[in-house]
Amino acid sequence: MASKFFAVADRKSCVSCGACFRECPRDAIRIDHGCYAVMDPALCIGCGKCRRICPADCIGMEERKA
Amino acid sequence: MKKKHWYDWLWIWTIIYFLLGFFNILFAWLGMIDFLLPLLLAVFGGNKWFCNHLCGRGQLFTVISAKIPGPHSRPAPRWLSSPWFRYGFLVFFLTMFGNIVFQTYLVYSGASTLREFVKLFWTFRVPWGWAYTSGAAPDWAAQFSFGFYSLMLTSTLIGLIVMLLYRPRTWCSFCPMGTMTQTICRLKHRGKEDAIIFH
Repeated sequence: MASKFFAVADRKSCVSCGACFRECPRDAIRIDHGCYAVMDPALCIGCGKCRRICPADCIGMEERKA
Repeated sequence: MKKKHWYDWLWIWTIIYFLLGFFNILFAWLGMIDFLLPLLLAVFGGNKWFCNHLCGRGQLFTVISAKIPGPHSRPAPRWLSSPWFRYGFLVFFLTMFGNIVFQTYLVYSGASTLREFVKLFWTFRVPWGWAYTSGAAPDWAAQFSFGFYSLMLTSTLIGLIVMLLYRPRTWCSFCPMGTMTQTICRLKHRGKEDAIIFH
C-alpha cells in the first residue's frame, strides 16, 4: 500500500551504484543513462529501504500532493 | 520476495578470487575481468550494468553487513561521496595501477627482479612467496599478479572498513571503477535530456 510519501534521489549526488534498486521491493527504481537513480512515484510505496541503503545518502522522501 | 538472478550470487566469486590468490598468485589476473568489464559496458553500452548487477564486491558488503551487528543505516560523511574526493581517489588509484604496470615493465625489461610479496595499503608487506612457484610463468606476469592482488585486497579491505563504520555499500560512493564508469556514461549521454549533470 502506498504511503503519503515517495522516494526521490538527488541526481547531482547520486553515484548510480544501484544499491537502491536492488533493495526496492516494488522495482520502482531504475538507473537512467548510468548516471542517476529515478523513482517511479506510482510504484513507490514509501518504505524508505532505498533511503537507508544509499551510500551517498542522496535519497529523500517527498510528500504526495493530493 | 524479489526473484533471484544468477548474478545475485556473484559475491561468492569475490571470495573465491581471494582464496585462489592464496594458492597461486597468478590467479590475480582474473581480477582484470572486474577491471575491464565495467569499462566495456560503460563505453559500448553507456550504462553501469556492472555496478548495478555484476559487482561481487558490492554484493559481498551487503551480505556481510546483514550477518553482523553494526550501524548499518549510519550515513557516511558527505565528503566521501563529494566530487573532489571521488575524482581524487580515482587519480590516486590510477596512479597506483600505473605503478604496478611500470613495475611489471621493469621486470619484463630485466631492469628489476621479481619481488614476491603482497603490499597492503601500499605500505605493509605481507609475505606471499609461498603462493607462487618460481618459473611457473614469466617473471613479469608474476610481478603484475603480486601488484594487482595487493590493489584488489587493499581496496576490499578499505570497503570492509567503511562497511563496518557506515552503510554496507559505502565503498560504492567513492569506488574508482564506479567513478570512472559514471563519468563515461555522463559523457556518452551528454546532450540528452537531464542526462549530464556535472557538479
